[in-house]
Amino acid sequence: MAFEKIKKILRRKKELPGGLWMKCPDCGNMIYKKDVENRKMVCPDCAYHFSIAPQERVDLMLDPGTWTRLWSNLAPVDALRFEGITSYRQKMAAAQKETGEKDAIWAGTGRIEGRPVVFGVTDSRFMMGSMGSVLGEGVTRMFEYGLQRRLPVLLISGSGGGARMYEGCLSLMQMAKTSAAIARFSDAGGLYISVLTNPTMAGVMASFASLGDVMIAEPKALIGFTGPRVIEQTIRQELPKGFQTSEFLLDHGFVDMVVPRERLRQEVARLLDYLG
Amino acid sequence: MSEGAAAWLDFEKPIVDIEQKIATLESVQKKSGVDMSEEIAKLREECAQKKREVFAKLTAWQQVQLARHPFRPEATDYIPLIFEDFAELHGDKSFGDDKAITTGLCRIGGRRVMLVAHCKGKTTKERMARNFGSPHPEGHRKALEKMKLAEKFRLPVITLVNTPGAYPGIGAEERGQAAIIARNLFEMSRLKTPIISIVIGEGGSGGALGICIADRLSMLEHAYLSVISPEGCAAILWRDSAKAPLAAELLRLTAPDLLHLGVINEIILEPLGGAHRDTQAAANLLKAALVRYLEELEGERLERLLEKRYDKYRKIGVFLEEESAKLAVTDEAKARP
Repeated sequence: MAFEKIKKILRRKKELPGGLWMKCPDCGNMIYKKDVENRKMVCPDCAYHFSIAPQERVDLMLDPGTWTRLWSNLAPVDALRFEGITSYRQKMAAAQKETGEKDAIWAGTGRIEGRPVVFGVTDSRFMMGSMGSVLGEGVTRMFEYGLQRRLPVLLISGSGGGARMYEGCLSLMQMAKTSAAIARFSDAGGLYISVLTNPTMAGVMASFASLGDVMIAEPKALIGFTGPRVIEQTIRQELPKGFQTSEFLLDHGFVDMVVPRERLRQEVARLLDYLG
Repeated sequence: MSEGAAAWLDFEKPIVDIEQKIATLESVQKKSGVDMSEEIAKLREECAQKKREVFAKLTAWQQVQLARHPFRPEATDYIPLIFEDFAELHGDKSFGDDKAITTGLCRIGGRRVMLVAHCKGKTTKERMARNFGSPHPEGHRKALEKMKLAEKFRLPVITLVNTPGAYPGIGAEERGQAAIIARNLFEMSRLKTPIISIVIGEGGSGGALGICIADRLSMLEHAYLSVISPEGCAAILWRDSAKAPLAAELLRLTAPDLLHLGVINEIILEPLGGAHRDTQAAANLLKAALVRYLEELEGERLERLLEKRYDKYRKIGVFLEEESAKLAVTDEAKARP
């Protein structure tokens, strides 16, 4: 065992320089970066799906040149004057600087195989994709817009954060607001395809992300209500292997399909054909 | 109040001390026949003064402690005092009967309603059976089932919220805790009958929200409603859940905070010293508010009711709608002192 470990460390040392290689957080293998990029940021050894930025999602899903971003002028506000060890303002400013974005959502319109859709993606790089007032408002507007123009909605969720703590109950109530907008949209006959990516948890999963007419998950994503660490602390036992993964949700009947990233666009287009 | 003196909160102790003195004098007076009414009256005045003093400046953490008070009345205490002829209806008709949520038909002020209420339990045995008021998915589904039944027969729904949160466990995840909470929000937002929700104790995050989408959402004076428990928030911010009192201040979870933020409609006052000091008085105040809400809502046309319910949630949130989509480099953090 020890020998294996040393060998692993030596191998890592040899391969890291140059930035050509990266480590897969799932299988632990050193993988060639170019290979990963060619596979749309999927590990060639174990099919782990890395998080990708909103622009990459747009490129991956929509017909070239059809993307129009809407409501990108919405910006967060520190309504609670949340001054912890780091204040909300500091957190917000740091995330904005890092991503060049105002908050954690891209929403707009585009086409998939020629079919117009309202398209949105949450940005898991921005404060863990947590839902505050801006994200809640963006999602709500997507469904109101879809209802007005009779367009299907495709929303790709990724949020480890759930409802954004720094906005207190204002963010908790975004769960209600987005769900109410989806109910109206649904009653009017609108089609909503929800795609869950790694990770989709807590307040996001317990509201709009769960309410798709069709629920798709990318492979091996962490999806659930309570984070695994909190569950372990509560029940004081180890969680079973594969707990809260996409495949676990498929087994328990909560997603319609698990679709690898390279087939996602094609699968969504097919569903739009059937239901759109 | 069988749990003994240990259950009193630190800031209640000066009040309890005076109360004990009064009790002693009263028993001495009774036994000896010596008139002590003057002393007793003086102590009573002192006690009331102390209560006013302590309760005039409660911290957010003290409010949380009151909401969780072991003596605090819960739904099972209020039901016989507020409602008549309670016909409990069990089960979610697909998995089980989660005792963390009690549901059933009853009457209030001459009206028939559907009651949906978190129950924590009073004794240790009962608390275990009710899982300390933390529902599993079947509890949320049971609530939805009964609300749909109320919708079919046009009965108003009253929900009493009092939960530390939806249960975090293996079974809960296997049976779709997140999915069923989302379903409740979706369905309640358009349920074709009036819904009234009162947070009577703890309003723990998604578990609370799962039964409190309503035309009237109000809180008892010493209840709280929060996106995350103060302990959870402290663990994230300081990696130390003992800092919960600090986190409680930051989260703006008290009734006055939430009234100010536009999240709730009203604060329902409790008797001085908290609902646990006088359960009957607390029940009277709660009942009066419920009857008033029912009267207000029963005159409303259904379309108008649903329109208003949508608008109420549609409006919640604080953000800027800037002129430019470009990111104005916000070094606000630096600019602040």
